[in-house]
Amino acid sequence: MKHRYLIAIGLVFLTLAPLVLPTYQVTLLNYIGLYALVVLGLILLTGVGGMTSFGQAAFVGLGAYTTAYLTTTEQLPAWLSWTAGSPWLALLVGITLTAAVALFLGALTLRLSGHYLPLGTIAWGISLYYLFGTMSSMGGHTGISGLPSLSFFGLLLDKGEKIFYLIWVILLLAIWITSNLLNSREGRAIRALKGGQLMAESMGVNTFRSKMVIFLISALFAAISGWLYAHTQRFVNPTPFGLHMGIDYLFMALIGGVGSVWGALVGAGVLTMLKQWLQDWLPLIMGSNGQYETIVFGLLIVFMMQRSPGGLWPLLVKLVPMRWRIQQHILINENVDNLSRRPLPEKGELLLEAHDVTRRFGGLVANNKMNLSLHAGEVLALIGPNGAGKSTMFNQLSAVDTPSDGEVIFMGTSLQGKSSRQVANMGMSRTFQHVKLLPTMTVLENVALGAHMRGSKGVMSAALHREREEEQRLLKEAKYQLERVGLGDHLYAEAGSLALGQQRILEIARALCADPCVLLLDEPAAGLRFKEKQALAQLLTKLKEEGLAILLVEHDMDFVMNLVDRIVVMEFGEKIAEGKPEEIQTNPAVLEAYLGGEE
Amino acid sequence: MNQSSNIDLLKVSDLKVAYGKVNALTGIDLTLKEGQLVTVIGPNGAGKTTLLSAIMGVLPSSGIIRFDDKEFTSPEVETLVGHGLGLVPEKRELFTSMSVQDNLLLGAFLRYRKGDKTYDKTLAEIYSLFPRLWERRQQQAGTLSGGERQMLAIGRAMMSKPKLLMLDEPSLGLAPLITREIFRIFSDLRRQGVSILLVEQNARAALRVADYAYVLEGGQVAMQGPAAELANDPKVIETYLGLANKHQELLSS
Amino acid sequence: MNFQIATLLGQDGLTNGAIYALLALSILLVFTVTRILLIPLGEFVTFGALTMAAIQMGKAPVLEWLLLLLTTIDCSLDIYQQARTRIDKTKLQKTALKLGYALLMVGLMHYLNLAETPMFFQAVLTLCLIVPLGPIMYRLFFQPLADAPALVLLIVSIATHVAMVGVGLLLFGPEGARTQPFSDSGFRLGNVMLKSQTLWIILVSIVLIVSLFIAFERTLYGKALRATAVNRMGARLQGISPVFAGKATFALAAFLGAASGILIAPITTLYYDSGFIISLKGFVGAIIGGLISYPIAAIGAVAVGMIEAFSMFWASNYKEIIVFTLIIPFLIWRSMNSQHVEDEE
Repeated sequence: MKHRYLIAIGLVFLTLAPLVLPTYQVTLLNYIGLYALVVLGLILLTGVGGMTSFGQAAFVGLGAYTTAYLTTTEQLPAWLSWTAGSPWLALLVGITLTAAVALFLGALTLRLSGHYLPLGTIAWGISLYYLFGTMSSMGGHTGISGLPSLSFFGLLLDKGEKIFYLIWVILLLAIWITSNLLNSREGRAIRALKGGQLMAESMGVNTFRSKMVIFLISALFAAISGWLYAHTQRFVNPTPFGLHMGIDYLFMALIGGVGSVWGALVGAGVLTMLKQWLQDWLPLIMGSNGQYETIVFGLLIVFMMQRSPGGLWPLLVKLVPMRWRIQQHILINENVDNLSRRPLPEKGELLLEAHDVTRRFGGLVANNKMNLSLHAGEVLALIGPNGAGKSTMFNQLSAVDTPSDGEVIFMGTSLQGKSSRQVANMGMSRTFQHVKLLPTMTVLENVALGAHMRGSKGVMSAALHREREEEQRLLKEAKYQLERVGLGDHLYAEAGSLALGQQRILEIARALCADPCVLLLDEPAAGLRFKEKQALAQLLTKLKEEGLAILLVEHDMDFVMNLVDRIVVMEFGEKIAEGKPEEIQTNPAVLEAYLGGEE
Repeated sequence: MNQSSNIDLLKVSDLKVAYGKVNALTGIDLTLKEGQLVTVIGPNGAGKTTLLSAIMGVLPSSGIIRFDDKEFTSPEVETLVGHGLGLVPEKRELFTSMSVQDNLLLGAFLRYRKGDKTYDKTLAEIYSLFPRLWERRQQQAGTLSGGERQMLAIGRAMMSKPKLLMLDEPSLGLAPLITREIFRIFSDLRRQGVSILLVEQNARAALRVADYAYVLEGGQVAMQGPAAELANDPKVIETYLGLANKHQELLSS
Repeated sequence: MNFQIATLLGQDGLTNGAIYALLALSILLVFTVTRILLIPLGEFVTFGALTMAAIQMGKAPVLEWLLLLLTTIDCSLDIYQQARTRIDKTKLQKTALKLGYALLMVGLMHYLNLAETPMFFQAVLTLCLIVPLGPIMYRLFFQPLADAPALVLLIVSIATHVAMVGVGLLLFGPEGARTQPFSDSGFRLGNVMLKSQTLWIILVSIVLIVSLFIAFERTLYGKALRATAVNRMGARLQGISPVFAGKATFALAAFLGAASGILIAPITTLYYDSGFIISLKGFVGAIIGGLISYPIAAIGAVAVGMIEAFSMFWASNYKEIIVFTLIIPFLIWRSMNSQHVEDEE
């Protein structure tokens, strides 16, 4: 609990700072707060969501220019006259406008992949910057001056020491909201964006929506920062909203560390102080005036990326003694209700069917006229040598890929045109051949992601922590499934620290958390020890008896032969045999496929 | 059948590879004498590809790799290529948007860089070994069929005149007839004195051409011995199919 | 707008477009071979132009000191690495050679009466100063990050750009500069006036593009670079190391960047920080080419030059906005068509 003391010390410092520090230092702290608010959004976007944006400064500009225009223009257009020069109403307009612009830009650019996204943010960042400079009603390049000071319940915040409190209260609120959001169902979906989008979609997460949520939040943080900036400075011009500032914000995030919300504070603080210091000293060394600090910043970032890509925050945390760190686990309340379950189909009911499924990649036929069926309460194995097309078939069945010909029918519905998210919603859940989990999240959180579809509380209630009851139910389910697969001792371990075999088992628990009626397992026994394999076989048998339908791709023949009801054997993309295990074992075509032909 | 000398060309000692916290190879020892064809067989996921990748320096490893009288520890790929080690990887890694001929020429890049201009002769040799490649020399590598791609990958590796050629699952995804063809070429190469390290899933074919064999299982050497002996060892088949006894009865019948 | 204005604008568009095309090709080349989006390319342009201007004004340019400083750091790293493994005689010779070259450049810059030398020699000297900065930049900033995710490379690229702009200010000062045109007088074709520098730019650009094409199609070194772009692991297995490929492409990019700078210096006043916007327009071209296709990128870059020139006439204030907003539809189109592979880390 010692970290509470650290926070308390920080709060006391912040409360006293304007009273004891000289004005110059308070101004610096104001800037740090303003920057940190933008950087916080960027950490959410880049560090958590994996999307790099160079355009945040443009959103700051939107917030600043909106309030500058609304509070200084004498004759507002009729439809805006209700704001009556009030900065608070201008904030409302600024937020609405920024949200609209962010939704529009997000819809255009968030689907961009790879490099295209950051390049896209550069493009609209530059365009908005030039727009501020060209619109004559916004004062062109000279800008707008004479903004009023904010007043708060009659208290005029006309000095740096006064607006200081407003800036920092807003910043701390933003940090609180962000941490709340990240530790929730929506937050898990957001954290899965970086490196786990395919998996998240298979768990029923709408990844595009999650991206949009954090894009919007980061834009709003930036706009609020811009609004505060405008009323602190009481003057705006385009310069602080250009691309170079967008780059500075990103640098702050990277130097502070994009892995933690506190990185925003560290990054904004270090870079602002360093800039002041360098601007004082460098001209003396260089003998002339100029923005030489950019040389140092650039080299600093290069050095950081080469040596400590995680930023300063993790290094700072390492300095803190172990017992002072947060070691509190997520609490799980066992007394909440269980999540409701979907009714399982009758045993023997036909659930999943492939009809003449063919998949061509260019000239290569990976699957050729494959037929198979899977019934409730049955375990079916799909086997075959390397390169036989099993994984391709698996992808057709789980709607990750679409067949070139033929169709897959799940619960009487064709999967043609269905996304893996929709299929997950219909009751199909899967694991992956190359384990896909979020290695830095706990085992418990990874598995809780599987139950995403079984919760309904949204971003707002998560940000304010109004969804704790539902969250407890989800976590309870995750814990139950983990205990069931035998990982009950590892709830709070980092998922990446598990052995590969255990990671596969974790994926099964995650799939079960989705309450499926069909379970697709891709090589579940790979990397397991003998005892673990036996336990897995027992679990699968039990699930089968409960009425689940299980399809597995597996290489371990011992495991397959003793567990499954039926086997389908593939070679060169085609089915070469189908039948009970003992029939398959004596099938000469299968032997030849596995060992090569006898001469 | 033994024309190999007694000089160790490749000697791997206590080679270990870990993916993150997961051990993929736990202490492999392996020796290949000059002129030998050694095969490494074993079921899927036994660590065969990992072994070749580690020897080649594609994956970081610990342990000593002694090749052509020089010692390396977790070497760089380019270093070993420079010392005469060639790898035909499982994924072929061809330059798909370039012509067959360019692919082959690039195999001789280091020779060209060092001023050795005799690679034209090697190119002619490879074309005579693989007439199909000659027919298709102007075609883009990406348009070749599976078997032709494998020939191109082997040909490209041979353009550097390697002291040791390592092949990863050359029969993967190939129809039986083409597999037979490819294996015939290995026998030819071996007769010409090229040393070969062959990783294969297709145990029967591999054991037929090899001098010596290692059976990998779970990241360790489970068995080793002269290929002819292992070919008749029922335990080899067991590691593959993990079958109960009745299966071996079937095989012996 | 009448015909005469249109031809004038067309000329402007074509000259700018030719420069953007050179830059777009460099960007593509560096990106396909190294996965790095070379944002600091623009600084090679400004360094080229400003160095040329300094030489012509008879000022001793200061770039040679930067070259010497970076070469010294590079060589120290070489020796440090050598000391850790084992001393290799040929490698030591290489190190000495690099240092010798930098010292030679410093000597040349200080003992020659530069302003009096022929313009061609001035241009060659400028290139000799700037081209080595490319490989050194790769060695110091990017080589240690060869396996890093693409976005880290982008960030380092931006950081390098930011640092180089600062260095530009330090070396060349805040004043802009122009150089003398390659040749005086213009041509009259019918009733159209052709500026001679326009012809120079177009001619040199075409020559450069064609020789690049030949180098990449016909020589084994060119093929080796292409091979790295097509399949990095495949290339490594043939002994084509990413370090070799990276340094070679950075040298080419520095060459093309500096050459562009020398070409446009007589018609545009360049400042230490003008490079960014220029190279971004090259990026627009490269993006139109999907970061893959050289011909489409070149055509796209010329189109950018044209659009820029004509929007200058109709809506000069909105010139940059038009150019940079235009790329968004292309980004979306290219992103849709590119094989979407999840950026797993």
